[in-house]
Amino acid sequence: MTQQLVLYPLLLQMFLSILLMFCWRRISWQRVVSIVGSIINVGVSIWLFSYIWENGTQIVQAGNWKPPFGIIFVADTLSATLVLLTAISGLAVSSFSSASVVSARLKFGYFPIFHFLLLGLNGAFLTGDIFNLYVWFEIIIISSFVLITLGGEKAQLEGAVKYFTLNILASMIFLTAIAVLYGLTGSLNMADLAIKVAAIENRGLVEITAILFLVAFGIKAAVFPLYFWLPDSYHTPPSAVAAIFGGLLTKVGVYALIRVFTLIFVGDLFLLNVILILAVLTLFSGGLGALVQNNLRKVFSYLIICHIGYMIAGLGLFTEVAIAGTIFYLIHDIIVKTNLFMVSGLIFRMRGTNSIRNLGGLYADYPKLSLLIAIPLFSLVGIPPLSGFWPKISLIIAGFEAERWWVVGAIIFASLITLIIIAKVWAGVVWKEKIELPKRLNFRYFDKLKSVRKVQMIAPMIFLSLISLYIGFGAEHIQKVSSRIANELIDNQNYIDSVLGSEQNIGHEE
Amino acid sequence: MEVLLAIMIGVLYAAGIYMILRRSLVKLILGIIILGNGANLLIFLLGRVVKGSPPIIPADSDVFQSIYADPVPQALILTAIVISFGLQSFAIILVKRAYKVVKTDDLDEMNAIDKDS
Amino acid sequence: MKTIILRTASTYLLPVLLMFSIFILLRGHYSPGGGFVGGLIASIAFVLHSFARGLDNTKELLRMHPGFLMPIGLALAFMAGVTPVLFFDLPFMTGLWYPGHLPVLGSLGTALFFDLGVYLVVVGVTLTIIFTISESA
Repeated sequence: MTQQLVLYPLLLQMFLSILLMFCWRRISWQRVVSIVGSIINVGVSIWLFSYIWENGTQIVQAGNWKPPFGIIFVADTLSATLVLLTAISGLAVSSFSSASVVSARLKFGYFPIFHFLLLGLNGAFLTGDIFNLYVWFEIIIISSFVLITLGGEKAQLEGAVKYFTLNILASMIFLTAIAVLYGLTGSLNMADLAIKVAAIENRGLVEITAILFLVAFGIKAAVFPLYFWLPDSYHTPPSAVAAIFGGLLTKVGVYALIRVFTLIFVGDLFLLNVILILAVLTLFSGGLGALVQNNLRKVFSYLIICHIGYMIAGLGLFTEVAIAGTIFYLIHDIIVKTNLFMVSGLIFRMRGTNSIRNLGGLYADYPKLSLLIAIPLFSLVGIPPLSGFWPKISLIIAGFEAERWWVVGAIIFASLITLIIIAKVWAGVVWKEKIELPKRLNFRYFDKLKSVRKVQMIAPMIFLSLISLYIGFGAEHIQKVSSRIANELIDNQNYIDSVLGSEQNIGHEE
Repeated sequence: MEVLLAIMIGVLYAAGIYMILRRSLVKLILGIIILGNGANLLIFLLGRVVKGSPPIIPADSDVFQSIYADPVPQALILTAIVISFGLQSFAIILVKRAYKVVKTDDLDEMNAIDKDS
Repeated sequence: MKTIILRTASTYLLPVLLMFSIFILLRGHYSPGGGFVGGLIASIAFVLHSFARGLDNTKELLRMHPGFLMPIGLALAFMAGVTPVLFFDLPFMTGLWYPGHLPVLGSLGTALFFDLGVYLVVVGVTLTIIFTISESA
């Protein structure tokens, strides 16, 4: 039963999307199937996580081929954690979108595509084969293209063209990098690559390959010079779509960077310095970009970029403490960013606009909901004891230990700028006097929604806010998880052994 | 053969990137297609070009008889072709819709979302 | 495009091409061919028919929206992959083979069903794409 546990999240998502495709026209069924399926998925992911936590890294060889041949799926603690987080955000967004996305969009297969996106995310986290990673990336971007264009408004299509071009370019660069890597080593299995790349004498070529990977994943993760597609496209689709994009899509890029640079291209000083410089520039440019924006969702988009900087910085410092900080930040960021974009969707439903200048008076009208909105906003800043505080401590400690003062400075600067932005958002949206806007015709304001729909919108926010609070107040648990992951990542022998040295354990099946 | 392929891949990459940098939407798609073909050829070349020996072990033997063509790059290329087939048809439809809605195929004029909303 | 030669030929070509696509699908395990190529050939048959007879006639011939083939094909391929997990506790996508020898088919295994699923998905996807493009033109 547990032999194939690694694959269960994948199989479940695939099953759900096929099932949803069969009820293409029946939107009310789709809503139920999607939410129930997502709840089951959370259960399966918790099961997977607890199994991995107790028994260590698990592998499954698809088609029963022996590694390094064939495609292998590996679940170490990092993968299991990310699968769990994907399931949690997926559940929240599934519930949120069944209330907030208008049915004209749902009719064109929103839910099946949404579950294909989750399938792609799970696959990318679980695969142990670099070309298979490319395939999962393609599944992710194809689904995201459909989601971002669904509805076909003018702004959406313009944003989609930019999003599309840059992401395809990233895929091509990724493919080129895989080609070069295959030419160098003749292998695609990541654990096998780790051994073979370390043995190559022509380090220059290895470095160029690594840079190709850095550029490809950098575009996906929206790192400094390659992020311009993100703020131009993330505010155009419905906020439910933006929530899953903001929460998870850029994080897949970060995950791929972490995986490739802790497993295959390890410990090259030049590369680590490049990553650190990129991280610092990302922190600055994202923060400063967010400062001047007026659209709420654009502010959040720039904040995504800014906070990618923290994770990349931890990777660039490359000590155990720093990687633990990166992982902690990743966990915190997925939950909070998903929540924030849902909040922006809720505010849009309440007022009919996302422009901070025209918003206001939220506290007077909805005092309890304002309190709910405060949790993700201030978690993002990291006011202790909320969740954003702890990973920054780890990162700053790691920066001090490595004596990289400029990195420490950039981290503190970005935190400060986030604080200013969030204060501005809070003052402008919640505390400012209400500005009377002309009522939009044919717009489903929040007050006019059925109470079931209201619950479907609010419940996921409460759910994610509770998890945020848990990450903040139960930080020692998360810290334990992230230090274990960091330990596994720094000592990549564990990963290699579980993939390649496992013939004896798995061999009994013949 | 290798030199010829290498030159061709270089030309394809250069042409593809040049086309992507143009302002017209149609040239953008052409650029993506050319770049994709370049990447596929690169996989083919880097998988080593071997002539006339398929990777099949004869029935009366346990090992390969001679140097064989690596089947993996071909599988990779096939996968990449299938994926880019899907992406390109999506791109064509997207560009068509965008052209109808925005009424221009000039990328520089697609700036409505930059205005404050 | 609608010359009498093409129109007459398409009537005969459609079954021939479909037959050929199934032949390509079935020989695909050891020889060149398989679900993807077979599916493309089958969709070419329908596209040719729509060139000669008009899109509406082809749709009438198909009876259902080609997009409906996608979930069916996906379900078939998914079942083929998941059968070893559910019933034999083997890894996902492990090839299971019927031990005997069947006429026409040769040997029967999950790989064939997977390929059949791919075939259906490819027909569905290609026809949906081409119909969408030619409808909105």
